[in-house]
Amino acid sequence: MAEPALEVRIRLARADFTLDVELTCPKGITCIMGPSGSGKSTILGAVAGLASPDGGRIALGDDVWFDRDRGVAVPTHDRCLAYVFQNLALFPHMTALGNVEFAMHGLDKAARRPRALKLLERVGVGYLAHRRPRTFSGGEAQRVALARALARSPRLVLLDEPFSALDRELRAQLTALVRSLVPELGVPIVHVTHSVAEARQLGDQIVRVEKGRIVARGAPAEVLANLTSLDE
Amino acid sequence: MTWAPLWLSFEIAALATVLTVVVGTALAVLLDWKRLPGRDFLDALVSAPLVLPPTVLGYYLLVVLGNKGAIGRAWESVFGSTIVFNYPGAVIAAAVGSLPLVVRAVRVALEGIDPNLIFAARTLGARPVRVLFRVTLPLAAPGIVAGAMLGFARALGDYGATQMVAGSRLDGTSTASIYVMDQLLANNDDSVFAMSAAMTAFGVAMLYLANRLTRRNRRG
Repeated sequence: MAEPALEVRIRLARADFTLDVELTCPKGITCIMGPSGSGKSTILGAVAGLASPDGGRIALGDDVWFDRDRGVAVPTHDRCLAYVFQNLALFPHMTALGNVEFAMHGLDKAARRPRALKLLERVGVGYLAHRRPRTFSGGEAQRVALARALARSPRLVLLDEPFSALDRELRAQLTALVRSLVPELGVPIVHVTHSVAEARQLGDQIVRVEKGRIVARGAPAEVLANLTSLDE
Repeated sequence: MTWAPLWLSFEIAALATVLTVVVGTALAVLLDWKRLPGRDFLDALVSAPLVLPPTVLGYYLLVVLGNKGAIGRAWESVFGSTIVFNYPGAVIAAAVGSLPLVVRAVRVALEGIDPNLIFAARTLGARPVRVLFRVTLPLAAPGIVAGAMLGFARALGDYGATQMVAGSRLDGTSTASIYVMDQLLANNDDSVFAMSAAMTAFGVAMLYLANRLTRRNRRG
């Protein structure tokens, strides 16, 4: 059965900023784009349960994760999702294997290690299994973070500008890797990015956000036509 | 000159440190929770031993732990001896005095943890207790060790509260700081100097190590 779509309708007011968005993210990659401070990461935070909206509803198919009117707010650990942070947030006191195994606590201990190793190998960093994050290069750390995110067999993947600190070549490699994972995962992937090129390459759907509002949405060719940079 | 008071002080300080690390870490975690009701008041209460005169601290402990207090009576009915004017009283007096130092060191360590690491653990399906024991406390470990060292150094030198709660002799032996005062009053300058130098050396070594650990923790 195909994974259901993510439906997000949130309002969140802060002293200097109001976010008011409504979007649907079906299976495949939805790229959320927008200038700094437009509310892209806040959307991901709300979906993950790390930020609490003032109103609205967040649901993955029939599973309602947040509904202010009904008083529903499923805690983050019970929302079966994967989140790759901009700074990756790899646990510095654990090896790559430890980081990936951390996400598998539902599995038998004996089953965790081979599966974690397989995931690290799948993203091309099996050789890092017993090393700690401080010894990883930027690209290696991204791959370990991806492996860790996939370890939970998530029903939704959130990527918060994970490739922003990489050079063009590495970024292209990782973009291709993420693209290759889409059919395997078969779930909605929400990817926040600044890069028009990355959005063109990855996105099945593009959502442009400005000052907390959605200003455009649709297929990449439609939304990104004549656009070379978000800040121009 | 006898070194028995120094060994007694080491014993008491070690037990007090175990107690303060457990209680202090739990309190630091609690105080790190920003939505805790009465957080500022609890913080002030935990820090009070830093500013209270040792005699006042000792008086409170006598009231709470003495045979007129519920804790003191319960202890006596279970163990058949009193807390005050005994070994447990000395350990508790030393522990209470060093508690704020441990709590502060652990809180600094907790505040230094990248919040995204905690968020990441939660998004990976970890419940709060698992996040605490697998991520938060291991990352705060250098701060906890630094707090333990500070607490040990403070407990080693406790004088006022210990004297009020435990008296000046435990099984015929006084703690090192009480011994220094006794020897000073008896004009045994060599004994005062030797014990003071030993305690200073240990205290400075502990503070030095704690500083190094704290700095390493800040650098990550």
